Amino acid sequence: MSVAQFEAVESSAVSPQEAAGGLGRDALRRLRRSPTAIVGAVLVTLFVLVAVFAPLLAPYEPNFQRLDLIRPGVYPGPSSEFLLGLDQLGRDELSRIIYGARYSLLIGVVSLTLGAAVGIALGLLAGAFGGWVDSLVMRIVDVMLAIPSLLLAIGVAALLGRSITSVMIAIAVVNVPIFARLLRGSMLAQRRSDYALAARSLGVPRSRIVLQHVLPNSLSPVIVQGTLALATAIIEAAGLAYLGLGSADPSIPEWGRMLADTQNSLATAPLLALWPGLAIVLSVMGFYLLGEALREALDPKLRR
Amino acid sequence: MTAPVAHRESVPGHLLVGTPLLKVRDLTVTFASRGRRPVRAVDGIDLDVAAGSTVGIVGESGSGKSVTSLAAMGLLGKRGVTVTGSVEFDGEDLLNMPEDELRSVRGREIAMIFQDPMSSLNPVLTVGRQITEILERHKGLKGQAAKDRAAELLASVGIGDSVRRLRSFPHQLSGGMRQRVMIAMALACEPRLLIADEPTTALDVTISAQILELLRVLVKDTGTALILITHDLGVVAGLCDQVHVMYSGRIVESAPRRPLFAEPQHPYTTGLLASVPRLDQPRGLPLLPIPGSPSDTLPWAQGCAFSPRCTRRVDACVGHPPVIGPAPSRVPGHLVRCVNPVPYDVEEPTP
Repeated sequence: MSVAQFEAVESSAVSPQEAAGGLGRDALRRLRRSPTAIVGAVLVTLFVLVAVFAPLLAPYEPNFQRLDLIRPGVYPGPSSEFLLGLDQLGRDELSRIIYGARYSLLIGVVSLTLGAAVGIALGLLAGAFGGWVDSLVMRIVDVMLAIPSLLLAIGVAALLGRSITSVMIAIAVVNVPIFARLLRGSMLAQRRSDYALAARSLGVPRSRIVLQHVLPNSLSPVIVQGTLALATAIIEAAGLAYLGLGSADPSIPEWGRMLADTQNSLATAPLLALWPGLAIVLSVMGFYLLGEALREALDPKLRR
Repeated sequence: MTAPVAHRESVPGHLLVGTPLLKVRDLTVTFASRGRRPVRAVDGIDLDVAAGSTVGIVGESGSGKSVTSLAAMGLLGKRGVTVTGSVEFDGEDLLNMPEDELRSVRGREIAMIFQDPMSSLNPVLTVGRQITEILERHKGLKGQAAKDRAAELLASVGIGDSVRRLRSFPHQLSGGMRQRVMIAMALACEPRLLIADEPTTALDVTISAQILELLRVLVKDTGTALILITHDLGVVAGLCDQVHVMYSGRIVESAPRRPLFAEPQHPYTTGLLASVPRLDQPRGLPLLPIPGSPSDTLPWAQGCAFSPRCTRRVDACVGHPPVIGPAPSRVPGHLVRCVNPVPYDVEEPTP
């Protein structure tokens, strides 16, 4: 190794220390090195891009029908004109899959935001005050947790009618107790930490300890859960639609519903079931991989 | 519990004339958890700290050293903890002080340093932010003024390039550096009393010596009183004016530094001294541990808590609690709680 090379190694060994701006950047650096994170990020980015630019990417309108090309039981498969073939109503499968990403993303993001916001608020309340506030909030959360998500979705659908809104509300409600418990548990653990005691011993007020010291240190499991919950929300949305609890409108290209619609023609057109299934698997996998990588990157045990 | 009180009148001994800065009387801390026997972690401690003096509290793990300091500062939780007795700081009762008043005493008048600098700093805030937070709270310093003062503080605890270091996160610093930061935070408002709870236990020996030297110099320069809590007699030897040896929640021997090392009278103290590895002895000699473990203890009400492990145990040790009284050495301020103390003419050279 020449001197110049040695110096290069030296300086590169020092520079992360110099350049390190914070834990966020630290985690980002670790993420960039993880193949899991890269695969996850690519899948997620693809999914989001497809959802956002659906009108530009899709060759046809999602409800453009070629009734002249289909007969009961006979649906044209992939061709140069219709890359993934036509569905039972003579619509372009590819265009519907592409537009379907929009609904998955919409349901996922809205239900997650709603659920996480309420959950975090409850968790913060319980974690910050403790005592009877904690007990009260946690009992409410326990009750929410006791209701199976499917039953809840049926209930919401019965109450509000079958629509995407009720699916979103149902998934959000399922997410509330998860986030509340996670944040509360994490905050309780951090409140007992040495630095919280040290801050207290130096006269830092309680509100400040909770908001400035305890909360930021408690957030990383919540961030990870957010990514994972997005994946779960997509599966749940598809599952609910599959069971007929989603929107009643057949023109909405929702992946779970598309999957359900193929059931009757599974013998003649099995490929029609493959495409929405694949779309669900890939998007969910993307969020899971990214979530897992994020969990590792934010792990305080690796932060030495 | 009545015995030490009766004694206090007859032998003011280690208790100072005039008003000490910190005056602890009969401090008792009991932890109770549901379904278990309450544990008395601190059992009637009397302690005086004069302004500007350095007091050591020595004892094994679980002897109640840390609990004493946490109780005095009101940092123990409320649930399941009973604290009785009195703690006066500069004439003010700390135990009955409202929480918000106590908060302005903490950090401004009394500050603490903890054992593990790895976990005592908030990992998501910069070092600078953590110091300025205290300056803001107690001194009303804001913005650049606070930053300048923080950099000054870091420089005063021996951290070079302190302006740039303000932007560092705790994980970018070594253990010794972090402990220096903790000391800077503790001394930020020039407190009159600093409680250092095992400040060097988590550090390696050379760094530990540097940190102790730093503490010694800072305390001397600023006139801050220091309570040094440790299990290491070597740490005490270099620093403390007065040393209290604790065992199972009570002070068993109390002495100025020299007599304690020259003429230890409680069998526990001699045991501690004998178990310190020495350089002036031939190599290969086995260390002399104190037999048993701190869990082999007797409740003080039934006699001396140390008696199950004691080599000088006599029948009088069991039955009634031993009282603390003047040691046979007759050195002023040397008190011992033992019915059969070690004869004082035994030569025990200082380590």
